[in-house]
Amino acid sequence: MGCIDTSVPVFSTKAAREQRKWKHHTFVALAVIANTLGNFLLSLGMRGMNFRPSASALDYLRIFANPWIDLGVALLIIWFGSQLSLLSWSDLSYVVPATAASYVLTAMLGILFLHEFVSALRWAGIFVISVGVMVVIGTSPRARLRAPEISS
Amino acid sequence: MIWLLLLLSVFSGTAGDLLTAKGMSDHGEIHDFRPAAVLRVAAVLSRNFYMVSGILTQAVSFFSFVALLGVAELSFAVPATALGNVAKTLFAKLFLREEVGWRRWAGALLVTCGVCLVSL
Repeated sequence: MGCIDTSVPVFSTKAAREQRKWKHHTFVALAVIANTLGNFLLSLGMRGMNFRPSASALDYLRIFANPWIDLGVALLIIWFGSQLSLLSWSDLSYVVPATAASYVLTAMLGILFLHEFVSALRWAGIFVISVGVMVVIGTSPRARLRAPEISS
Repeated sequence: MIWLLLLLSVFSGTAGDLLTAKGMSDHGEIHDFRPAAVLRVAAVLSRNFYMVSGILTQAVSFFSFVALLGVAELSFAVPATALGNVAKTLFAKLFLREEVGWRRWAGALLVTCGVCLVSL
């Protein structure tokens, strides 16, 4: 692949740039929300099943009898599709930290729905993750192209 | 058993992300998200070696993560698997030839440190 990726169209107008930025942020948000809720529901389902790791593939297929697991898997499929779409126009080294807000949302779910205790260290962790996400989200998603049209 | 599942989840997750990132990068940007267009993209991607091997590796990561959730708390499993963030950034630079500037390194390190703090 050469230096210039011809599959990426040139967006010259302000409206087109705004539309592209909107699409990009929508997919980041979709990936974060679907991943967080998917993992939360998987955890909920697995806790109720008293599952133990097994060498039998049938034991893994049986977990799909649990509706929480099915809903969690459906959300994780949405997350996977959003992540693949993001990767079609963004670098992996951008997508991984940019979608890390899911860790903050996971902590928030624990606070809101499981009434977990939040220590000062945990709040510090949430703050540090948020700073990390903000540091990356302001960069160009595809560094090789130095595409200024998406960066916020 | 917990550490074995954790290692399997982190390594297969990292390899899966690298392979799918390569596949999607080769495919190019997706512009049309109507159902028929998405199905056409899926058909094209199903013939891409990197995508197929990446998805299979991601499946290994998924099932090892599910098994991990069966024996460990979510508050341990999620931050522990976050260690893959730095590995993914490093391998993206080495294998995918991505330009990883200081802001991306800082972001990956801050996220990993933050996840460790949240798990304490």
